[in-house]
Amino acid sequence: MTRGTIVRANLRRRLRRTILTVLGLAVAIFLFVTLRTFLRTLQTVGDVGSESRLITSNKLGIVFPLPLAYRARLTSQEGVHTVSYATWFGAIYQDPRNFFANFAIDAESYLALYPEIVVSDAQRQAWLADRTGALVGSRLMEQFGWSVGQTVTLTGTIFPGEHTFNIRGAYEAGMRGFDERSFLFHHRYFDEIARISGGDGVAGWYVLGVSDPERAPAIAQSIDASYENSAAPTRTQTEKAFNLAFVGLYGNIGFFLNAIGLAVVFAILMVSANTMAMSARERFSEVAVLKTLGFTDTDVLRLVLTEAAVVAGLGLVLGLGGALLVFNLGSFDLGGFIPGLVVTPQIALVAAGIALLIALASGAVPAWQSARLKVVDALRYVA
Amino acid sequence: MRIPIVYNVRSLIQRPATTLTTALGIGFVVLTFVGMLALANGFRAALISTGRPDNVFVLRSGADAEISSSIDRDQAAILRSLPEIAKLPDGRPIVSSDVYVVVAKPRVNGTETHMPVRGVGAEALAVRDQISIAEGRMFEAGRPEVIVGRGLVGRMQDTEIGERLRFGQQEFTVVGHFEAEGSAFESEVWGDNETLMSVFRGPVYQSVVMRLSDPASFDRLKARIEGDPRLQVDVERESQFFADQAALLTTMLRFVAIFVTAVMAVGAVFGAINTMDAMVAARGREIALLLTLGFRRRSVMASFLLESLLVALAGGVLGCLLALPINGIRTSTTNWQSFGEVSFAFRVTPESMIVGIAFALVMGLIGGLLPAWRAARGVVAEGLRRA
Repeated sequence: MTRGTIVRANLRRRLRRTILTVLGLAVAIFLFVTLRTFLRTLQTVGDVGSESRLITSNKLGIVFPLPLAYRARLTSQEGVHTVSYATWFGAIYQDPRNFFANFAIDAESYLALYPEIVVSDAQRQAWLADRTGALVGSRLMEQFGWSVGQTVTLTGTIFPGEHTFNIRGAYEAGMRGFDERSFLFHHRYFDEIARISGGDGVAGWYVLGVSDPERAPAIAQSIDASYENSAAPTRTQTEKAFNLAFVGLYGNIGFFLNAIGLAVVFAILMVSANTMAMSARERFSEVAVLKTLGFTDTDVLRLVLTEAAVVAGLGLVLGLGGALLVFNLGSFDLGGFIPGLVVTPQIALVAAGIALLIALASGAVPAWQSARLKVVDALRYVA
Repeated sequence: MRIPIVYNVRSLIQRPATTLTTALGIGFVVLTFVGMLALANGFRAALISTGRPDNVFVLRSGADAEISSSIDRDQAAILRSLPEIAKLPDGRPIVSSDVYVVVAKPRVNGTETHMPVRGVGAEALAVRDQISIAEGRMFEAGRPEVIVGRGLVGRMQDTEIGERLRFGQQEFTVVGHFEAEGSAFESEVWGDNETLMSVFRGPVYQSVVMRLSDPASFDRLKARIEGDPRLQVDVERESQFFADQAALLTTMLRFVAIFVTAVMAVGAVFGAINTMDAMVAARGREIALLLTLGFRRRSVMASFLLESLLVALAGGVLGCLLALPINGIRTSTTNWQSFGEVSFAFRVTPESMIVGIAFALVMGLIGGLLPAWRAARGVVAEGLRRA
C-alpha cells in the first residue's frame, strides 16, 4: 500500500469534513486575494498615468480653475509638444447615485495626447463636427443602455440647468485599467454653458505632452516658477503623480483593508488547523497500527503532512482559481469605480504561501504528536 | 426531559483547544464585522452631528454640495432679511453666509489631502452653537487669522497655534483651536468670510445657514424662499443636508462590511460544522447512554444545538471584546461628496455588537443543526457496542 493510497483513503473517509475544510479554505483565500487585489489596484492607479504627460493644475487644489489664457504660455514652453485642457463638469444623469466622470476637453489636442482613447475614425469625425456632441466610454454606454446617435440630458450641479448632448461616439480603452466610464464633450460647448454664470474663460487643468520624460521635472519647475507670483499659481506634476495624489485622499483605508485581510487569514488558520488536528487525533490508534506494521516516525509525519498539504492545496486551487476567474477572465470592476482589477502573480504567490503556511501549521502539531506516539499508549487511547 | 446545560459546558471545557479555535474562528468574523461597522458608524456620526434640525441650509439650486454651489451677495442679503429667522437679543438675525472651499494641503505624514476651509459671518457661533474655542482665541474679522478644528490638529501640517497656513498669495495665522462635539466641523478651518472670499473665489458665498425662531416654521420658510423669483436656491434642514453628505461613503463602507463578513461567515460555518461533527462522532457512546437513560431524541438534538450555540456565543463575545480597543481610534478620509477631508473616530456601538453576537449565534445555529440532527439519530446498540 502506498502513501498516496492511505492519504486518499483518509481524506475520503470523512468526505464531508474534507469538502467543508477545503471549501472553507477556498472561501478565505478568495477573500484574501480579493482584498489584496482591490488594495493593489487602488495603490497603483498611478500605473495608468503616463510619465510623458504633465498635468498643470491650480496650486490651491484641483477644485480651483486656471485662466484659459495660460494656454499660450504653456504651448510656448520648450520641451512641450502638445497642450490640451479639460474642466470637470460634475453633472448627473437622472439620479445622483449614477455617478460617472463627465468633463469638457479641448477635443483634438486631448485625443492626440491620449492614444488610450480608441474610437473609430467615422465616429471621431462625427464627434469633432458636432458642437454639442459627446464621446462616451463603452462601459458607460452599456450601463445606461445608450447608443451612438442618441440625445441625452444631464442635470448640472456646478453649472445649473439641463444640458443636452448628442452621443457621437463610443470609445474603448486602449490599455487595461484605463477608464471606460467617462463622458467627454467639447470645451467650447462648455464655455457657452459657463458664460451664463460668468464661469467661462477657465480650464480645470492642463495636460501637456512632453517629448522627453527625463526632462519632465525641469519643465514642471520652469512652468510653476513663472506663475509663482500670479493670481493663480500652478502646480505641475506628472500624470502618474497626479493620479497617485488621488489615492492619497483615501487616507489609511488601505491599512484597514490589510488588517482585515490579516484577520481573515487568522480565522482560516484557526478553523482549518483545528479541523486537521481533530482528524489526526481521531486516528491515534491507527497510527499505532501503522507503526506496528513497520512505518517509521518519518513515514507517519509525512502521511499527516501530505494530507494537510492536499487539503490546503485544493483550497488554494479553488480560492485562487475563483478569484482569477472573476477578475482576470471576467471584468468585475465594482460598477466601474475601480477599473483594472487584476490578480497579479505576486498576490497569487502570497496566497500560495499562506496555503503552505496553513498546511504546515495545521499538520505540524498532530504530525509531531503522531510521530512521537508510543504504540502501547496509542492502542489504549480512546478518542 | 431536558439534558442539563452543565453537560454541554463540561464537554466544551473537556476539549479546550477545539472549543477555543472554533470560537476564535467565529470571533474573528464578529471582530471584522463590528470593526468595519465602527468605521462606517464613526464617519456617519461625525456628519450627522454636524447639522441641526432647526437650522435651515440654503444652496444654489441644483448644487449637491457646498463645493459646487454659489450664492451672490444680493441673494444672501434677501435671505438674511427673512422674518422666520431667530434673532439675537440685540436684534441681529442668526444667519451666516459661508464661503466654503477645499484647499490642497499636506497631512503630517506628507501625503496630500483637501483641507476644508470655511469663511463665516459674525453670527456663526450663534448659528452653530456646538462650536467652542478649546485653545487660543477666536479669529478677528478682517484680519488674516483662522481657527482650526480639533480633528485637523496633529493630522495636518501647520495647524498649531501661532503657525501660518498659506492660501494662495496670503498667509493666515492660526490663533485658536475649536471643538464641535465630534462633528465634521472639527475637520475644518474657519475664518472670516469676507477675508477668505477675496483669497479664493471672489464675491460669492457657497451656502447660507439660518436658525429658525420656530422649528415648525420650516415649511413656511421653504415655500417663501422657493416662491421668490429673485432666489434660485434649494432649501433643506441642515441636519438633512449633512446626513445626505454621509450617505454615499456610509453605504459603501457598510456594503464592504457586509460582503466581507458574509464571505468570512461561510468559512466559519464550515469550521463550526466540522467541529460539531467531530464532537458528535467522538461522543457516540455518550449519546447512546443518554438515549438509554430515557432522554428523548429531541432533547439530545436540542442539547447539541445548545452546545454549538454556546461556542458561537463565546466567539461572538470574544469578537466584541477584541473590537472594543478599536473604539475611539481616530482616522480620516476624503468625503467625496464634499471633496474635503473628514476626520472621525471609530465608534463601536452597542447595536453593532448586539448584531455581531446575533450573527455569531446564527453561525452557531447553522453550524450545529446538521451535526445535532445526526446526534439525535444515533442508534443505541451501535453506540454502546463501540465501547
